[in-house]
Amino acid sequence: MDSLQRMDAVPQGRRRRPWTWERAYPILTLLPSIIAIAIFVYGFIFWTGYISLTKWNTLTVNLAWNGLRNYALLFQQFRFQADLRNLLVFTILFILCCLVIGLLLAVMVDQKLRTEALFRNIFIFPMALSFIVTGVVWQWLFAPNSGVNLILKALGVKHLPQWYVDPTIVPPGWHVGQIQLGLPIALIAVVVAAVWQMSGFAMALYLAGLRAIPEELKEAAAVDGANAWQTFWKVTFPQLHPITVTTTIILAHISMKIFDLIYAMTGPGPMFATDMPSLNMFNTTFQGNHYAQGAAIAIIMLLLIAVFIVPYLVSAFRQEGRS
Amino acid sequence: MKGKKALRLGGAAAVLVALTTACGTAGTANNASNTAGAGTEEKKIEIFSWWTGAGEADGLNALIKLFQQKDPGVQVQNSAVAGGAGTNAKQVLATRMQAGNPPDTFQVHAGAELMAWVDAGKMEPLNDLYQSQGWNDKFPQQLIDMVSKDGNIYAVPVDIHRGNVLWYNKKIFDQYHLQPPTTFDIFFKDADILKQHGITPLGLGDKDTWEATMLWEDVLLGTVGPQKYDQIWQGKVSWDDPGIRQSLETFKKMLQYVNSDHAALDWQDGSQLVATGKAAMNVMGDWAKGYYTTDLKLKPNVDFGWCVTPGTEGDFMVISDTFGLPKGAPHPNTVLDWLKVLGSTEGQDVFNPLKGSIPARIDADPSKYDVYSQQAMADFKKDQLTPSLAHGSAASPGFLDAVNTAMKVFVTNQDIDQFISALKTAAQENNLGQ
Repeated sequence: MDSLQRMDAVPQGRRRRPWTWERAYPILTLLPSIIAIAIFVYGFIFWTGYISLTKWNTLTVNLAWNGLRNYALLFQQFRFQADLRNLLVFTILFILCCLVIGLLLAVMVDQKLRTEALFRNIFIFPMALSFIVTGVVWQWLFAPNSGVNLILKALGVKHLPQWYVDPTIVPPGWHVGQIQLGLPIALIAVVVAAVWQMSGFAMALYLAGLRAIPEELKEAAAVDGANAWQTFWKVTFPQLHPITVTTTIILAHISMKIFDLIYAMTGPGPMFATDMPSLNMFNTTFQGNHYAQGAAIAIIMLLLIAVFIVPYLVSAFRQEGRS
Repeated sequence: MKGKKALRLGGAAAVLVALTTACGTAGTANNASNTAGAGTEEKKIEIFSWWTGAGEADGLNALIKLFQQKDPGVQVQNSAVAGGAGTNAKQVLATRMQAGNPPDTFQVHAGAELMAWVDAGKMEPLNDLYQSQGWNDKFPQQLIDMVSKDGNIYAVPVDIHRGNVLWYNKKIFDQYHLQPPTTFDIFFKDADILKQHGITPLGLGDKDTWEATMLWEDVLLGTVGPQKYDQIWQGKVSWDDPGIRQSLETFKKMLQYVNSDHAALDWQDGSQLVATGKAAMNVMGDWAKGYYTTDLKLKPNVDFGWCVTPGTEGDFMVISDTFGLPKGAPHPNTVLDWLKVLGSTEGQDVFNPLKGSIPARIDADPSKYDVYSQQAMADFKKDQLTPSLAHGSAASPGFLDAVNTAMKVFVTNQDIDQFISALKTAAQENNLGQ
């Protein structure tokens, strides 16, 4: 921290300093990655954006201008409308469940148990798996004729849930555009699998947050006569606010890009009940050879994620600047 | 408080990194690696395919071995890309072709899938090769038509799979004295009997959607016949045609007899339902035979039987793998030698028995093939050949993708009007028949 402050201070003190190795060194070391990111990230974002405005919708490259027609077509599609609904529902459920379960696990693990390390590892372990593995495992667990349903059957349940094969959307009756709004039942199975995998991650972040809260605060609360419940909600929980924001943002972008889990587990699902923009983009681009249309989906995904993340980054860096 | 700040900043940095990675994936998924050979013509060839499964990989290796016997000293690079019926391979291929870095030769389905490359001006005509090898009457004319455009032939077919086959559980059929359903009337009569006895009449696994599209195309062929079926994909038939509507009515009726969990199963699961006796029938291409005999160790005509799908007697839904010569291939002369081996009876008889397909030539040696294939070979010589939509032979990938999208909705809501209007839009958007 000390050396960092010193480096910050130097340019302000002497503006017109001659080029020295010491000054050029940090720039030179950063230069390769800056150039690489400029080309391979931002260059390709612009290229994708440009492609999305062209007529390149066959194998033959066709960069003729098409305006916003690809976007217009996209929003008229049943599939894309369903994607947006699913994305919204999935993101909300996924983030909420991960936060709640993650916080619960973190508080439980934080009880100064002797076996803390063991539980911590158990809870975080699913994160070590790839989404593909999770997808295949949960596909079988939720298959209508195996897994969970065998247990339910043995318990005597008559109407077995169809899980991700069920095309029902609840509550019935809300039609917007070509689709029905609401919670697709099929999506619940996917949310369970995703939460199983990622709630350990939320726990890890919360655990770090809990450890960062000074003991004195809790002691002060105890002196003031607060019980454990009050201490948690009035002292600990508000202190965890930045962690909650960070975790939400990270989970949100995972959920918006989700592809592998759904690809392995359910595919687009009945009536596209478990489809996501990423899956649609993959099919459109690489199976349908509609490159321009696929690029349009990619740009919309980027914008959706940006809506979440840009305000967060701005506020985070502004706060850093203030301190 | 410092700890909190650091945490927040760390979180922000993590998000930023993750975000840039996300965009990178979206923008650069096209960046496939490539290692093309030098410009001078060496005796070297890169063969691009998606043959990585058990039987097909053996077949390819046997072909390569034969090629190396005929052409000693030739270096073969087998660039097979694994994964889902060629999905990944086609993506890698598209990237390489667009980057002007084609493999020497690549696997492609006869019909629209090949024509996409021909229309893009990426393929060399092979008329001279056909002439010099005397192949023009060794392949059925209808098959040559599927790999030709404006009088130029662009690829050599290696194998033939049949799409319009109905597999049934022989024991169940014997037990209830059922007739193989060669017509829709028999099919529904059988299905009703099976349903009464609590057996799922038709096994289906359409998790990947093409399985349902394939079932419909077989129903369509059985309903409208081969001529009209061909004309539909040439854009010469109105989508309001009563035949198309009737095929959808029949298809809809069939869907009442399928297993309820079909959306959770893939084609192998669907075929397996017949093998285990959970379902009595299954419509699948004849690669299912390889799955039954090799993977599940079932005996043809004992454990499972087959017939053509209802109403398609005398028709042969063709799925054919072909190889051609892309423009700008680094070693064109070696490719021509390779294609000579592929098109020879010797080459076809080495490859096809291992893959479980039948030869594309009509003069191959039937004794090398099993009982199913011998029958298919006999049919192949005399039947009307029709291109499969579900496997990319009948129409462009863009149209097929749109049909699959509409099909995913149709199998659930079974709304015929909506499906037909989706077909109309798809045909317009993708310039069907041009």
